Amino acid sequence: MKHLGFSARFAGMALAALALITSPSHAEYPERPITLIVPWGAGGGTDATGRMIGNLLQAELGQPVNVVNRTGGSGVVGHSAIATSKPDGYTIGVVTVEIGMMHWAGLTELTGADYTPIALYNFDPAGLHVRADSPWKTAQDLLDAVKANPGEHKGSGTGQGGIWHLALAGMLNDAGLAANAAPWVPSQGAASGLQELVSGGVDVVSCSVVEAAALLEAGRVRSLAVMADETLGAFPDIPTLKNETGLSWTNSAWRGVAAPKGLPDDVKAKLTAAMEKVYNSQEFQTFMNGRGFGLIYKSGDDFAKWMSDSDESLGAAMKAAGLAK
Amino acid sequence: MDIFLQALFLILDPYVLGVMFLAALFGLFVGAIPGLTATMATALLIPFTFFMDPVPAIAAIVTTVAMAIFAGDIPGALLRIPGTPASAAYCDEAFAMTQRGEAEKALGTGLVCAVIGGVMGAIVLSVAAPSLAEFAIQFSSFEYFWLACLGLSCAVVISTSSTVKGFVSLLIGLFIATIGIDVTAGYPRFNFGNVELMAGVSFIPAMIGMFAVSEVLRYVASTHTPLPMPQQKIGNVFRGLGPILSRYKVNIARGGAIGAIVGVLPGAGADIAAWIAYAVSKKTSKQPEKFGTGHVEGLADAGTANNAGLAGAWVPAIVFGIPGDSITAIVIGVLYMKGMNPGPTVFMNNPQLIYAVFIAFFVANLALLFLGFVAIRMSRQMLRIPRKILMPIILMFCIVGAFAINNTVFGVTIMLVLGVLAYIMEENGFPIAPAILGIVLGGMLEHNFVSSMIKADGDFLGFFSRPIAATLGVFVIIVWLIPLISLMRRRLRAAVSTA
Repeated sequence: MKHLGFSARFAGMALAALALITSPSHAEYPERPITLIVPWGAGGGTDATGRMIGNLLQAELGQPVNVVNRTGGSGVVGHSAIATSKPDGYTIGVVTVEIGMMHWAGLTELTGADYTPIALYNFDPAGLHVRADSPWKTAQDLLDAVKANPGEHKGSGTGQGGIWHLALAGMLNDAGLAANAAPWVPSQGAASGLQELVSGGVDVVSCSVVEAAALLEAGRVRSLAVMADETLGAFPDIPTLKNETGLSWTNSAWRGVAAPKGLPDDVKAKLTAAMEKVYNSQEFQTFMNGRGFGLIYKSGDDFAKWMSDSDESLGAAMKAAGLAK
Repeated sequence: MDIFLQALFLILDPYVLGVMFLAALFGLFVGAIPGLTATMATALLIPFTFFMDPVPAIAAIVTTVAMAIFAGDIPGALLRIPGTPASAAYCDEAFAMTQRGEAEKALGTGLVCAVIGGVMGAIVLSVAAPSLAEFAIQFSSFEYFWLACLGLSCAVVISTSSTVKGFVSLLIGLFIATIGIDVTAGYPRFNFGNVELMAGVSFIPAMIGMFAVSEVLRYVASTHTPLPMPQQKIGNVFRGLGPILSRYKVNIARGGAIGAIVGVLPGAGADIAAWIAYAVSKKTSKQPEKFGTGHVEGLADAGTANNAGLAGAWVPAIVFGIPGDSITAIVIGVLYMKGMNPGPTVFMNNPQLIYAVFIAFFVANLALLFLGFVAIRMSRQMLRIPRKILMPIILMFCIVGAFAINNTVFGVTIMLVLGVLAYIMEENGFPIAPAILGIVLGGMLEHNFVSSMIKADGDFLGFFSRPIAATLGVFVIIVWLIPLISLMRRRLRAAVSTA
């Protein structure tokens, strides 16, 4: 046994030496800490999920994964930082649905094609939330009220031209109303939009249900519909928009991990394998379900196709809603 | 009572106390380094809290933040570099005291006021959380607009030289705040196609540049041999505090109240609380002319307010899941992760956990009294370093801090440009504090104004259409009119007497 142990060790050393000779400059990735760029601020959903992934990737890859918030410019700054960093696998980032919107709005040239897709991990449909004492009991009530008095009822939930703005404008457009029949009051995010809703400043907020969960539970907000094909697992009582109004309009935000374009194949394979393990891990599933984040997994070309499909439909919707430049 | 005892046992667990101690050291360290904020300290804690039970996880955050906000006073007082934005309001005042050889008094007052403020905030949090949250949630953009106006009025009060120069400085700050993508219309302004500038001028590098870099420049540019820093020993920082505390007990109580109220309002945190408390202190002081020359009175108000604001921010976060500041935005995520979903039900489902959080606030602030003392003792070494060695070190720390906030060299550029701007302004008698206030409040002012105008369909009367907004609005207008009326009365009297 001892002899075997020795020879095995010897063989291992020989292999290691061989590896050193054949690829002197290309040691096994990753050999130093990795930076994970989050294009949105600390505390939001992208930040929370990004930190969770960073933490679990760290255990998977055996190197520290530092989460860095590069905020501002409606997401342009952080997304640019990911796309323009060196494609060596040591800088990766979380890309969000806005990558398919910013270029339509004329803010940047960047699109999903400027990244090496690693894995899509989250998908949250838009909801339709009103104050608890609102006279509107159904999504149809809301549409009727907007139709009766265009311009009177205001909506909020994100910045001008953001994903939830598109959710509301697109829905109105689909219902045959002017996209700005419920004018948009830009907010710095779902939280401040919901504050406006509850304080009586606006009448409807079209952010995702998970973002409104605390106020929903507190009984201050009522969710009329979710803009998805099916009801949500965590919120089975909220009907779909189609079921309520017959409109087939859907809208959702998504998040995924991506690297700069031109990532070497072996690094991409390693990162994708690590992300798949992270996604399927008990910790990640518990965390996502606990907060009510929607789960979805697509890697490589599937994720690339997801991004280009998303880009196309967002572009069409933004043009219809008058949000594209 | 039973629940309270359960909560007490949760906190007095040796493991929890150990975690709090380590978190305290971490918080003091992060807070004392310029550019590393309490928010960043909290974000860095998240991976660790994931492996902890709810109570140690939340207690660690509470402790870190309380320590970091106080520790920000130390480099502010000794080197004129505020360690965190919450110390910016009274940084000049504390530094002026150090230059007079009263660093001990400045830091001692800062420490004791921080502890008192923290305890006051904790009392408010534990007694009045649900009802205060009910009040705070009534605030919409109309009310925030008036609040921002009130904050801007502080600029005129805090400026140490002429009112006109203070006003110019404020406008410079407001201009800087307009750079970048405008939140309302999503249109990039003054960025000349630069992607980094799209994010606007980041507040931390701006603050470091305007306070610290301008100080370094002044040292380099001065031709005569600078006066050596007065010899001072930081011995017992608590000595001589008794009279200060008793003389300014009203200030401390008022600072605590302002801090708690501003903290409760979502979107206005410890830094804005400190500015407002400082301005109120000067406005109501019997010796306003001493402010800015190293007068301890403003320190008592603002030093209490920023720590009191910390607990206040937890009120809407716990009751409605609406973050009171950027720190509680992260905390909400942790609460969810720990199954303590924010909302009124948390008081019913997990009362012992919520009370444990409240107790953690008290324990953390009492620990601050001791640990803060040790930190001050250690920091006195900084004053022994000769200026020609200290100044390059300060510059190095500034660069690290400005870089660290966004991990970008662009932060260093912003810091240097604003450092030169602040140097030129100060050399010509323009105070920089109003400019900093303009940068802090500019975004809030503009965004809430435009949102309100959209909501009111362009009708100015919308600003008076809601009860709280109307009250605030009338109050602000009266505050603005008082100097005008007194000026006119003086003119009138002068005219009468000459006639």
